[in-house]
Amino acid sequence: MSALVTKDQTVAPDDLYQALVDAHEGLADGESRQLNARLILLLANHIGELAVFQEAARRARASVLRDRPDE
Amino acid sequence: MAQIFKHTVFPFSAPPELLGGRVGTVPVCVIGAGPVGLATAIDLAARGVRVVLVDDDETVSHGSRLICISKRTLEIFDRLGAGAGFAEKGVVWNKGRLFFGEDEVYSFDLLKEEGHQWPAFVNIQQYYAEDFLVHAAERLPNLDIRWKSAVVAVGPASEYVRLSVETPEGRYDLDADYVVACDGASSFVRRVLGLEFQGRAFQDRFLITDVTMQAEFPSERWFWFEPPFHEGQSALLHKQPDSVWRIDLQLDQSANPDVEILEENVRPRIERMLDADAEFEINWISLYTFRCRRLQRFTEGRIFFAGDSAHQVSPFGARGGNGGVQDADNLAWKLAAVLKGEAPAALLASYDAERIPASDENILHSSRSTDFMTPKSQAVRDIRDATLALARDYGFARRMVNSGRLSLPAVLDGSPLNTPDTETFAGSMRPGAAALDAPMVAPDGTDWLLHQLGTDFTALLYLADASDALPNGWPNALPAIVKPLIAAPMLGDDGPNAYVFGDTEGHVQTRYDLMPGTVYLIRPDQHVAARTRSFSMVWLENALARALGNVGDRA
Repeated sequence: MSALVTKDQTVAPDDLYQALVDAHEGLADGESRQLNARLILLLANHIGELAVFQEAARRARASVLRDRPDE
Repeated sequence: MAQIFKHTVFPFSAPPELLGGRVGTVPVCVIGAGPVGLATAIDLAARGVRVVLVDDDETVSHGSRLICISKRTLEIFDRLGAGAGFAEKGVVWNKGRLFFGEDEVYSFDLLKEEGHQWPAFVNIQQYYAEDFLVHAAERLPNLDIRWKSAVVAVGPASEYVRLSVETPEGRYDLDADYVVACDGASSFVRRVLGLEFQGRAFQDRFLITDVTMQAEFPSERWFWFEPPFHEGQSALLHKQPDSVWRIDLQLDQSANPDVEILEENVRPRIERMLDADAEFEINWISLYTFRCRRLQRFTEGRIFFAGDSAHQVSPFGARGGNGGVQDADNLAWKLAAVLKGEAPAALLASYDAERIPASDENILHSSRSTDFMTPKSQAVRDIRDATLALARDYGFARRMVNSGRLSLPAVLDGSPLNTPDTETFAGSMRPGAAALDAPMVAPDGTDWLLHQLGTDFTALLYLADASDALPNGWPNALPAIVKPLIAAPMLGDDGPNAYVFGDTEGHVQTRYDLMPGTVYLIRPDQHVAARTRSFSMVWLENALARALGNVGDRA
């Protein structure tokens, strides 16, 4: 079983960012949210391993919670 | 406002055309004495071409304007005899820091590799850069700089271009075989020819300010996304000589430029950034919207556009001025070779073939940097902010953060002047690349490879030992415009091999992937034209012919 790859393996980071931005071109906010959700599902299927996806979700969630203002 | 640099006023003096009332003739007239026009004129004159350089002003740049001078530009200015001032006065910086909100996201060190004469960047105000170039220009007797001389008409070109020049003492006509329009973003020549820019305009405004202060900030590039002192926007801080600091503040699209540019409104923004009690003086304020665009062609018959008159980019990445100086570097030797009869006029077509792709690369990078700073929708802002947030922990996200991809010399891939490789080479010195510098030890001390390259072409040969036999015909049968240059691991003995340079640190061998007998042909603008591991005079003649614009091989 493989683990989530977090080391940098992006060949062309600016092209990747641009591709992500281009995917949202001309979409309304609701459509953009749907695009993100559908993109995640497609990529999750591509990964094909639940544990890897769960590790990515855990890390993303931790990063978001880190920025939650103190109560 | 504070004034540290003393602007010399260059006197107008009446040219012979006004005194004699006749039409002047000149091989090349360069219009505009900014960094690009000065570099073009100096390069041409140093190659023996008589040049008239006209400028409508009587002094160097008033504002600090372009401040980040790249390594390649420094090498070009050094070749033009203007390098010393940059080494003495410029602020060297290698480190950049990037902040998101209150957090430092990461810092980077620009490649700090041993064995280069020049650093990745120095910061210096444009007026210093122009001042150093003017001094270099004044040493050239065949370069006639005419201040207070505005081109007001451009005649149709056939055998020459007739320019009308307006001066304080009247108007005269000047016929030039070739004209290089370096007259900036609002180029008169471009407008009078009715040429349009194609590309994008960005709506966001950027407030560019120079302040003088005694500050503790190090000589680093600091960039903020959404800093606490300038909410929702970006900010950039750069050090210049004379305790001057460049501060760029992004403003939103609704900002009123007439209001924002007033010092009374700029001052509180700077105070929030520094400290309420910080003491500083504002030297210069400017407000821009950025454009990333270019002319469809940089050549119109006998007229060439170089620098901002040909293409404009946003400043993130320092690609405007540095790209323009590479235009000058590319064009000058070609014009000189054609005017001296060393190359066919077809060589001039390679200016567009080489510099348009280079300009597109600059436009792509600076557009993407500006896009990263100015998200166009909430969804894109979310992606941008997520990238910045993840960049705190993940290297892959750090590489996607884009506050400017800093100018590197264009590799002229696909140029018709290149001879494609037929053998295998490691490293980055492929045909079209700007030659990398490296130490070269001469009998009288250490020098630099770029200093040893010829005014015209150079054939660089590598030997295993300084006493090894030279290839057939070397050096006596080499064409006159090719300077032979030989490197070997150790310095040659006194005597017959005294002209062999020592690559004692091995940087030349590594950077060029040299093996005994390898030869590089390097162009007058220090770009690699061709390379081989199986040298012959026929190979050299073919590669040289191609690099001079003769289509295909002669053989």
